[in-house]
Amino acid sequence: MKSEGLRHAWKPKVDGIIRELGKTRNALLPCLEAVQQEAGCIPQEAITYLRETIEVPSVDIYGVITFYGMLTTEKQGKYVIRVCDSLPCYLNGSREIIEALEDELGMNGRDTTPDGMFTLERVACLGLCDKAPAMIINEEIHGDLNAEKVRGIIGMKKKEECGWKGYY
Amino acid sequence: MVALTINGEHVKVPGGTSIMDAAKEVHINIPHLCYLEGLEPYGACRVCVVEVEGERRLIPSCIREVSEGMKVHTHSARVRHARRMLIELLLANHPEDCFTCERNQKCELLKLAYEICVGDVRFEGEKPSFELDETSPSIIRDPNKCVLCGRCIRVCHDVQTVRVIGFANRGPETKVVTLLENGLGNVECTNCGQCIHVCPVGAIKERSCVDEVWTALEDPKKHVVVQEAPAIRAALGEELGLPVGTLVAGKMHAALKRLGFDVVFDTNFAADLTIMEEGNELVGRITGKIKKPLPQFTSCSPGWIKFMEHFYPELMENVSTCKSPQQMFGPLSKTYYAEKTGIDPEKVVSVSVMPCTAKKFEAQRAEMTDSGYQDVDYVLTTRELARMIKEAGIDFLTLPDEPAEPLMGMYTGAATIFGATGGVMEAALRTAYKLVTGRELESLDIKPVRGMDGVKTATVDVDGLEVKVAVAHGLGNARKLLNETKAGKSPYHFIEIMACPGGCVGGGGQPYGFDMAARAIRGEVLYKEDKELTLRRSHENPSIKKVYDDFLGKPLGKKSHKLLHTKYTKREMT
Amino acid sequence: MERILLKDVDIPNLCEIDVYIDSGGYKALEKALKMTPKEVIEEVKRSRLVGRGGAAFPTGLKWEFTRKEKDEPKFLVCNADEGEPGTFKDRVLMKNNPHLLVEAMVIGGYAIGANKGVIYIRGEYFEEIGRLNKAIKEAREKGYIGEGILGSGFSYELQVYRGAGAYVCGEESALFESLEGGRGCARERPPFPAQYGFMGKPTAINNVETLCNVPAIINNGGEWYSRIGSPASPGTKFFCLSGHVNKPGVYELPTGITLRELIEEYGGGVKGEFKASLPGGVSSSLVTDTDVKLDYKSVADAGSMLGSGAVIVINSSTSIVDVAKSCIEFFVRESCGQCVPCREGTRRANEILGRFAGGKGKVEDIDLLLELGEVMYDTARCGLGQAAMNATISAIKMFKDEFMGRVES
Repeated sequence: MKSEGLRHAWKPKVDGIIRELGKTRNALLPCLEAVQQEAGCIPQEAITYLRETIEVPSVDIYGVITFYGMLTTEKQGKYVIRVCDSLPCYLNGSREIIEALEDELGMNGRDTTPDGMFTLERVACLGLCDKAPAMIINEEIHGDLNAEKVRGIIGMKKKEECGWKGYY
Repeated sequence: MVALTINGEHVKVPGGTSIMDAAKEVHINIPHLCYLEGLEPYGACRVCVVEVEGERRLIPSCIREVSEGMKVHTHSARVRHARRMLIELLLANHPEDCFTCERNQKCELLKLAYEICVGDVRFEGEKPSFELDETSPSIIRDPNKCVLCGRCIRVCHDVQTVRVIGFANRGPETKVVTLLENGLGNVECTNCGQCIHVCPVGAIKERSCVDEVWTALEDPKKHVVVQEAPAIRAALGEELGLPVGTLVAGKMHAALKRLGFDVVFDTNFAADLTIMEEGNELVGRITGKIKKPLPQFTSCSPGWIKFMEHFYPELMENVSTCKSPQQMFGPLSKTYYAEKTGIDPEKVVSVSVMPCTAKKFEAQRAEMTDSGYQDVDYVLTTRELARMIKEAGIDFLTLPDEPAEPLMGMYTGAATIFGATGGVMEAALRTAYKLVTGRELESLDIKPVRGMDGVKTATVDVDGLEVKVAVAHGLGNARKLLNETKAGKSPYHFIEIMACPGGCVGGGGQPYGFDMAARAIRGEVLYKEDKELTLRRSHENPSIKKVYDDFLGKPLGKKSHKLLHTKYTKREMT
Repeated sequence: MERILLKDVDIPNLCEIDVYIDSGGYKALEKALKMTPKEVIEEVKRSRLVGRGGAAFPTGLKWEFTRKEKDEPKFLVCNADEGEPGTFKDRVLMKNNPHLLVEAMVIGGYAIGANKGVIYIRGEYFEEIGRLNKAIKEAREKGYIGEGILGSGFSYELQVYRGAGAYVCGEESALFESLEGGRGCARERPPFPAQYGFMGKPTAINNVETLCNVPAIINNGGEWYSRIGSPASPGTKFFCLSGHVNKPGVYELPTGITLRELIEEYGGGVKGEFKASLPGGVSSSLVTDTDVKLDYKSVADAGSMLGSGAVIVINSSTSIVDVAKSCIEFFVRESCGQCVPCREGTRRANEILGRFAGGKGKVEDIDLLLELGEVMYDTARCGLGQAAMNATISAIKMFKDEFMGRVES
């Protein structure tokens, strides 16, 4: 059980946004983005909190969350990998990249690895067409990829994690 | 006025008119699916597109306003071709179980497909395979049949202001959902069922208990009693081939007997009983004998009650403690009636026929067991009863008129108008006047509280006391009065709230449709019956006198309190 | 070669306000504030600048329409929700020269009579969001944003608003819905943004690249601008070159250069042999003629559209069927799901194209796709659905044999 403070780490940020933008619906998306960033997902308490503070029906908040690719009610991995699958990347071999990622991470049709470390999303254009094929891991850009490079990048991430956990 | 031509015909309409409405002036009904009169236009199905000269693309006529000199073609080849393909696309994504679908013969999509002459569905692809939402005791949603027209969302948000369903996801994944897909039974849905009325296909329906009722009827060990709400008699005929506005009280009783019910009573009896209790409660609150706040709100609409429990729990004390007529009848059928006839109450199955989907929820509320049993066992809607009548092969039109069993079936005009918005108020005033003054109210027709205005108010002079009353139907309309009360600014003594637009005649269990004119006509039918009845005040009902004399004692008495009154629960918001 | 937008892009630390000011930044704003708003609009009209987001609507006219509306308040919104596959031009501007956009947004606000501007930027542009926010902070500190800017009576606030991963929000009315905290579903038009935009108020909405032309137009005059590039749609244009080219990237070039020049002289030639190109991203139709001039009119005459200038090059070893499939997959994923033709049409087209891609196509489905494309163009609510089948239709028309080759025998 997480402590109260940690569970609602998004609250101060959300309150700040509402102070700035007012108790209006216009504040909804920035608030949701803040929650997503802080909590790795949008928990039901956050929906309830927003319904109460900016007076938007909770089903509408849910409708907004599920509309946008970067928002989700399901907990995402520590690393969210967004790999582009649009035409410029496709022409430069994005399918191979995706296969390599799925294989390297052992996704087996899942969105997030069982250890909660990696979430893999196929997304539409990331605006990195000059570095196609490309992906972003959290906010980190990786371009001009090939399968080998991908395996290297993921290998590094895994290694870092092992280090933190003191597995070495 | 704006002048335009539609299919070459000149027409002048006021500015702001939609092309679709303007077309009616030249006798053209433009096909449509997501558009529904009474709701904001949405413009998403694109079936109503028309060709407008000078425009590159086709124009949705439900949402585009006319402009001066516009030249419209409502069924050019280009338009007809587009409409066919749009319907074809919808059919390609639709389950093909029309034979067994609830909406068989009443499906707008099927009707459109026929009328628009869709010859073939050339797309073959994946059909949706969503789980059904069966969490509610009243309503079942089948997202697989949903065409995403958004009508249910608009009625839930804009008309009822309950706002528990909405669109989720994006693109082909788009779906109508409740919060986190928790289901209607787990959110603040009031079970009003207006979403059923506006759904063009079979994606929303009531949870049927037809089979359970048949089983009970066929069980020789059971004694099955039935009650029918006031609004049934004003609408059942529509399902069975009669025009809107046909009163079928006598045929309804006759049909129920032929279905095999052991005794046919009438909810109207319980409506009169409600007035006795609620009228006395009102007088008690006004005189200060009952220490509860004013205004007093009516409590017979279970949709409104659940709405209050979620959205306005602070008004709980204002709501009359009287059970609804259905729930007053229920315990009496297993106590009073059982005692009178010597039938073991254990064997009594109490069935109600209601214009309402929320009544199915109400019957299952945990507190509705004051008889020692579940007070009401099964709730059928008007539509379900009609299907049972059809299934039994009963020739409804040639049935004789038959009365209900008087013991719990005799009723006054005051009871029958319960089915229309304002009716409970009018009925209560007729009796409250007598309770306060000891005299009978001379002019029984209280016209200001009748009709389809969203909020109606009146002031009645009761021996110098100006009793102020208000009536709202449709939960969106109710909010105005509720907010006023919440703010402590309500000038009223008594407020009637009905969850459904039009009152019970427009309930979620009535014949499909969101046609307010039809609902108004059903209401008028009830006022007409009231006018024609000899007894028009609840306290004049001999069966009511009898139930108090033989069983209950007096209104608000001990037994009444046990069997006829209830309490409410604050419910969480999700 | 004249560069307007990327003129100073090589100056180190251009995204810092002092560097920007030293290279002549905020001069245009100072100048504009000494002009009347009407004069600013006249100057922009004289430049014949048209929108660079895709629709190519005259910018000056758009501003004039908004200014003339009586309703208040008015808003200026910058559409920085760049998301069309193959488009990455606005990113270059916002990353390297954020103050140029900030300056343009203040000038634009002054011109149309708005006291508030919003930059709606796609959520994945993490770095650019940071840079814009920093630029706005710096500009506020220097008095280019805020109360009584540079001693004038004009006050203006500017805010960055992040998208959250929905391409359709680049559609202007969907963008307003998103700004207002809703699902990014397109609105019916009319009414147009100039009357009914953000918060239902008169709004001018312009693309990043479009706006960034404005400071140069104010500094040098509309007349000067109108003489650059193709007379029909003057100025420079960002071409985002991607796909099978050796040097993909953003190139600022005068409108009217040919596709061949772009690919050969700037893109380092095709990787492999040229087969076709989508000159305006996946929403556009294929072109096979490399002599086509890259300006709005010439590309339209060639049966396609220049759109945002996302030139995707496809080589001869690529199957056009697969290209069409890849394009439609994008639209299926990004359709808002509101209107039937787009929601259902993209899904069915995707299934049909999937069958062709797998060698299990049906002959009759070729005509069905063409018919579907026509109906989607005719009936979809917004540009996304209207254009979703462009690539497919052109692929069928130009490379029918490739589709026939994927028919199940």
